[in-house]
Amino acid sequence: MSNDHQLLDYLLRLADSDLILGQHLGEWVGHGPALEEDIALTNVGLDLLGQARLWFTYAGEIEARIAGRGRSEDEFAFLRDASEFRNVLLVEQPNGNYAHTMARQFYFDAWHELLLTQLSHSSDIRIAGIASKGVKEARYHIERSAEWVIRLGDGTGESHTRMQAAIDDLWTYTGELFEMDATDAALVAAGIGCDLAALALVWRERIGAVLVEATLAVPADTWMQSGGKRGVHTEHFGHLLAEMQSLPRAHPGVQW
Amino acid sequence: MSDVIVPSRDATLDLAWRLLATIPDPEIPVISIVELGIVRNVRRDGDALVVTVTPTYSGCPATAMIESDIVKALTQAGMAVCRVETQLAPAWTTDSIAPAARERLRAYGIVPPGERPAVQQVNISGLRRKSTAAIACPRCGSVRTTELSRFGSTPCKAQYRCEDCREPFDYFKPH
Repeated sequence: MSNDHQLLDYLLRLADSDLILGQHLGEWVGHGPALEEDIALTNVGLDLLGQARLWFTYAGEIEARIAGRGRSEDEFAFLRDASEFRNVLLVEQPNGNYAHTMARQFYFDAWHELLLTQLSHSSDIRIAGIASKGVKEARYHIERSAEWVIRLGDGTGESHTRMQAAIDDLWTYTGELFEMDATDAALVAAGIGCDLAALALVWRERIGAVLVEATLAVPADTWMQSGGKRGVHTEHFGHLLAEMQSLPRAHPGVQW
Repeated sequence: MSDVIVPSRDATLDLAWRLLATIPDPEIPVISIVELGIVRNVRRDGDALVVTVTPTYSGCPATAMIESDIVKALTQAGMAVCRVETQLAPAWTTDSIAPAARERLRAYGIVPPGERPAVQQVNISGLRRKSTAAIACPRCGSVRTTELSRFGSTPCKAQYRCEDCREPFDYFKPH
């Protein structure tokens, strides 16, 4: 059975993946290829940030149960160092060009929607409530990112080449999405968490169908990177944190 | 607004509901937060009034503003200490929007949400999945309209353009 330490770790994984991807999407503010895209990317980011806040709030309550005092949303987001973050590696990969941003989003959304669907049946009613709310948003996200993969893949020669390159580049970060460790196993056994390994097949089927429609090749199996869930991150992560955390670090407790 | 407020036998709670029904949504001021369907409950907790609200979207930036509007409206009316609680489940849907508010949305230039799809497993096979349901222009009524972006000025809306009168408009997405 699971304990509160594992539940806290689990909630931070959910929160951190949402937060970090939301932060990356926010970097597109004012830089989108068209106004509509600028607005759309940041709206998706806003949904993810909103979900992250709900997970952090719950994580803080569990931490209070363990340690007497739980951290606030802001403390979790702005006052932890890289090794304390539990997000999957995929979401910390840089925005790159628009194909990279969309490939990252496509892989994530297709997984996120399956994950939240499962978690909406969690025996933990708080998790089920947050997931039931979030999955409605995730369904809309995957429709949009799948459309872009098709539009760019089945577009011009140039857009096809770039979309294929992005799909190939990020493939190595998709294995981690379905990895199960002791925390995952304990939460599944308790009826709280999601059996990630069981999502792999349906995820591959779904993204495979979109890639075919996009005239793109499904990447060949390769070495899969992993580590984010244990706090081992890629070289890009420190840069993201530096930008995201600089203001609250320089002005502790600042409010506006 | 009478169609969304069911009178109870508690005059204070009834007054609280009537006050809440005067609070406009910060982003869509032609409808109230009660008509939007985000006020779930008003109850007493000792001397305090507790208002339960549910967010439309997880990250809706208007949530904090709505909470402070609620506290302000109730305390200004001389009501006791009040606080706002958030309830996520069951998740808000556009079906919670009051019928009378839908037509006011349209008159304001926002097409009210259509029916939510019955199938909740999303079909992601891209462009071929495109919905054929026509979204009529709120200004001229033409059904020759095009989706410009799946997101409009707020997370709850999509952006459209009418191909006849050429005006852009917002569509409140079924959610």
